[in-house]
Amino acid sequence: MTAPRYIGARVPRNEDARLLTGRALFVDDVEPPGTLHVAFYRSDQAHARLRNVDPSAARRRPGVVAVYTAWDLGEYWRPGPLLVPPPPIPGLVFHQATQVPLARDKVRHVGEPIAMVVAESRYLAEDALDDIRVELDPLPAVVDLEAALRPGAPLVHDQLGTNLAAHVVQRKGDYQRARRKAAVVIRRRLFYDRGAAAAIENRAVVASWDPRAEELTVWDTTQAPIPIRNGLARLLGLLESQVRVVAPFVGGGFGPKIMMVYPEEVLVPWAAIRLGRPVKWAEDRRENFYATTQERGQIHDAEIALTRDGRILGVRDVFLHDTGAYDPYGLTVPINTQCTLLGPYDIPHYYSEFRAVFTNKTIVTPVRGAGRQHGVFVIERLLDAAARELGLDPAEIRRRNFLPRKAFPHNHQIIFQDSAPLVYDSGDYLPALERAQALIGYEQFRRTEQPALRAAGRHVGIGIVTYVEGTGIGPYEGARVTVEPSGRVRVATGVGTQGQGHLTALAQIVAEVLDVPVERVHVITGDTREFHWGTGTFASRGAVVAGSACYAAAARVREKILGVAGRVLGADPKKIELRHGTARVRGEANPAIPIGQLALQANPLRGAVRPGSEPGLEATAYFGPDKGSTANGVHAMIVEVDPETAQVEIRRYVVVHDCGRLINPLIVEGQIQGGVAHGIGNAFYERLIYDDNGQLLNASLMDYLLPTALDVPRVEMDHRETPSPFNPAGIKGVGEAGAIPAAAVFAQAVEDALADIGLEITEIPLSPNRLFELIEDARRGRAAGPIAAPAGGRALVVEGRFEFAGPREAVWDLLLDPAVLRQAMPGAELLERAGADGYRGVLKVGIGPITASQFALTVSIVDPDPPRGYALRVDARGPLGFVAGVARVTLTPGASGGTDLSYRAELEVGGTIAAVGQRLLESASRVMTGRGLAALNRELAARLGGSGR
Amino acid sequence: MKPAPFEYHRPDTVDEALALLAEYGGDARALAGGQSLVPAMNFRLARPRVLVDLNRLDSLSYVRAEAEGLHLGAMTRQRAVERSEVVRRDAPLVAEAIPFVAHPQIRSRGTVGGSVAHADPAAELPAVLLALGARFQARSRATHRWIAAGEFFTGLFATALAPDELLTDLVIPPRRPRTGWAFAEVSRRHGDYALAGAAAEVTLDQRGDVAGARIALLSVGDGPVLAREGGATLTGSAPSPEAIGAAAHAAATRDIDPPSDIHASAAYRRHLARVLVRRVLTAACQRARGSSRSDPA
Repeated sequence: MTAPRYIGARVPRNEDARLLTGRALFVDDVEPPGTLHVAFYRSDQAHARLRNVDPSAARRRPGVVAVYTAWDLGEYWRPGPLLVPPPPIPGLVFHQATQVPLARDKVRHVGEPIAMVVAESRYLAEDALDDIRVELDPLPAVVDLEAALRPGAPLVHDQLGTNLAAHVVQRKGDYQRARRKAAVVIRRRLFYDRGAAAAIENRAVVASWDPRAEELTVWDTTQAPIPIRNGLARLLGLLESQVRVVAPFVGGGFGPKIMMVYPEEVLVPWAAIRLGRPVKWAEDRRENFYATTQERGQIHDAEIALTRDGRILGVRDVFLHDTGAYDPYGLTVPINTQCTLLGPYDIPHYYSEFRAVFTNKTIVTPVRGAGRQHGVFVIERLLDAAARELGLDPAEIRRRNFLPRKAFPHNHQIIFQDSAPLVYDSGDYLPALERAQALIGYEQFRRTEQPALRAAGRHVGIGIVTYVEGTGIGPYEGARVTVEPSGRVRVATGVGTQGQGHLTALAQIVAEVLDVPVERVHVITGDTREFHWGTGTFASRGAVVAGSACYAAAARVREKILGVAGRVLGADPKKIELRHGTARVRGEANPAIPIGQLALQANPLRGAVRPGSEPGLEATAYFGPDKGSTANGVHAMIVEVDPETAQVEIRRYVVVHDCGRLINPLIVEGQIQGGVAHGIGNAFYERLIYDDNGQLLNASLMDYLLPTALDVPRVEMDHRETPSPFNPAGIKGVGEAGAIPAAAVFAQAVEDALADIGLEITEIPLSPNRLFELIEDARRGRAAGPIAAPAGGRALVVEGRFEFAGPREAVWDLLLDPAVLRQAMPGAELLERAGADGYRGVLKVGIGPITASQFALTVSIVDPDPPRGYALRVDARGPLGFVAGVARVTLTPGASGGTDLSYRAELEVGGTIAAVGQRLLESASRVMTGRGLAALNRELAARLGGSGR
Repeated sequence: MKPAPFEYHRPDTVDEALALLAEYGGDARALAGGQSLVPAMNFRLARPRVLVDLNRLDSLSYVRAEAEGLHLGAMTRQRAVERSEVVRRDAPLVAEAIPFVAHPQIRSRGTVGGSVAHADPAAELPAVLLALGARFQARSRATHRWIAAGEFFTGLFATALAPDELLTDLVIPPRRPRTGWAFAEVSRRHGDYALAGAAAEVTLDQRGDVAGARIALLSVGDGPVLAREGGATLTGSAPSPEAIGAAAHAAATRDIDPPSDIHASAAYRRHLARVLVRRVLTAACQRARGSSRSDPA
């Protein structure tokens, strides 16, 4: 072939005109006439037995068309499929438990759907949620990974008898023997927590049943329209051809949109058929935090053994992985962690063992990086600690351990997520490191800039880390390439597009093979009517796998064009050349025929298509790699830290990346810039904060902090191209690369900036608050506090003291009188005795913008000890959520005849107030407690005939 | 995330608005820029029965320099204040703080009066106006009165406004000679609710000693907090780093009792308060010294 014209060119994206002018179709734009709207009643408890659901009042509300519970689904109710069966690793243990459409016996995470309301508008559907009566018996929540595996822990899935979801050991060589030869062994406990994908567009499903055509059309934000179609057909008892799934433009996927099948994806089409009207559900941001899958934490106990000169002898890593309430995605995430930890390094001996753990939290499935960040963080932190121990520069220790160029293909002798051995196809790591060092001015920074700035009291630091990313795995994708009579080329493939630029990158490949102008190539993705073989967009595989299929299909069309042109021109097809959408016999002077005209010739209205040939200039081809291709890169960063405020500013960010042959540098750079934004978010901003009860405490973009344009610098980039030998165009994936090493390089750079304070970062994400604690601990020479229980992740604690102007017995009597308590409780509208030692009432509470809202209150006294104190079990629930827990009250005689009351309440808060009210919970509870106690004191004063304080 | 049903009124005049508030009282909420109220309604945390939309009350949107001070109409958009030369000249502390109020899009809708009446403990404007000793005009159908900032903010999202009263006008007293100012805050991302923030106005006497210092803190209490101990510690002394450090220490230890939340512990907030008060006092004293040379008075 001649020099590439389109592959490798910075072609502006074909899709951008539509996207930037707001003309691209998204699922939420789809609203057929007569569409009904759905809202889900979701559990506000993380773990509870579901006693009863009473939707009758909701069904009676005007505008409500239907309300469904698990019991209304009949045979249709069944657990979802296991998407990715575990790979064939000897000794592997895997316990399957997949999600259900609507909860029936138990709820296992906050946000799990319990009932589905279908109404004339989303407003009415949400109004009706208040009418549904759900009885839940709370169970202790499984939150902490280590506690979950202890004997006697509450069980997420009773039938399994354990919270262990999987146990996997992979070995290479003999780590223990290698360790005995080591000069240095470094051991660390590391904690890595990922977060939500936080795509701009949440999920959405619209389904419409056409009774005349007997055809179901589903618009879905899925990353995998074809498997969704096949799954729905099977579930609904329809032919696959009766179901059309369209994934139009999707505003970001990042992994969670490939979960199959979400409850909403199963329920919306079912309701549309049943009701005979189009049905729509668009996830709101709050639902997204509970109902869309996430990635979360792992705890690693990791060890590295090295020679005196810093060469790695072996690594041992034992970790726990949070898989959430169900495990439909198998072991993809922890196996990625296990495999990616090896990085670009020559690690002759490796022992890796993990346990996946069920918890009462949202399901974990891959999010951009898919467990790779966790592995990269572990090996890079170990290398940083080793470099410090050995007195080596961080760049140097990496350089000493790279796999050499001649090592490829390199078999790591362990099994990757695609069930194939982990084999690196190609790579050339040292030049990438050197290029990154040159770009960021590594040596000069270390030698002159940093010392000068430090002398001026500034805290600047540099970091540099390396990584590999396994991309482009199977099973396969396909493509159909058609030359139309207009001369335009149509390409259809099964992978959907969520902003990656498929409509351009795939067009470039086809344009290259056929030599047609790239803007004349029209790519259609994500519509099962256009192409119905394939799996989807995930694992940085679109360009590699669908791209290779496009390449193969285009090559076949090319042969057809040459054949038809040869016939028409009376020449040997071998002598035909294609140029700029035309064909001619080689030689400048010969006449050129547009390929559109050849397409007409290949589809005659008269005469006969020759036996053994097919009409048209069209071909379909598939590509199924038996092994993935391994991209690699280097990230380097300069930060400045203000140790007084614990604020971190990223001054520069450099990426040198190698994804094999570049199709379009513009797109690759966009992918890396976006990935780095995700990575910086993961490092310093984004954390899903669950409390001990499994409540997510930051379920909004007010408190779940995505980095903005002000927090993410423009990444300075360079590319290297080490082609993959495993596919015809030499392509490797790039979709996740930017996100994978960002936290590791951030940790190294911040540590370097604070070298004078001398702290070590063993956890991600950091936050200013956590960094402040680490700085304080280091300054005081203390070991850092515990990392597995991040700050703020506890239940609400309200505590304080109050001095009553009266004797203890009088205070005691007061505290037992419901009439008095009612006065003391701000907003109590009713409080009456219920049984010997309890009260029941109604509380109406509101603060500031929060409208006073009713809560049903029950209070019972446990272990009363007159007049010294008692404990109160409190439970208040209403539309805004619930507050429940135990308050301990202790009375002691005060100094001047008064009584000291001290109180401490540990409260679980759930529902909206927990999800979005965290900023104000402590202040609000202080205010309310203060008001109540002051009122009590006034009453006491009145009773004692004196005056209040 | 759709609001519960509500009744909607959009009066054309202040009198009509006041009549509606008189009619519905506590059932009504006034809608100014809507940047806090509308999200709260979408979460159904706020379920006002009646919404009185003030966005047609153009007569409440102005920036006016007058003898008794700088007047800001309650419905003046924060973005208009940010862009006002008059504000920069007469109330530079406001001009310095206002870019920290969320984001340009939000400031284009958000109003001065809305921020003050909402009384969010993390809001910048209430703290700044408290530091400046501003006064607020409250009108009802029957009455109108002026309330000093120090009496206006009464607790967590609580103000001295009665349910039928509307905040209509704000006035910032003229700056005295040899007066400097500064604002600083620490937030997770620019535009987020601050983890802590500080505003200060410092006036020096002829000798260069501190004649008066007003320090207000945000995000460390139920509302904006006037750091009286901090101000008193500095007043009467030369503005040395030691004196400023002592004032910052007093403010952080005696004036506030900050809450913890998922973003910042009470200890971190207290630490930040100390650092920020030190920084704003240092900057304000420097400016006060600078202004003594150029100020005609």
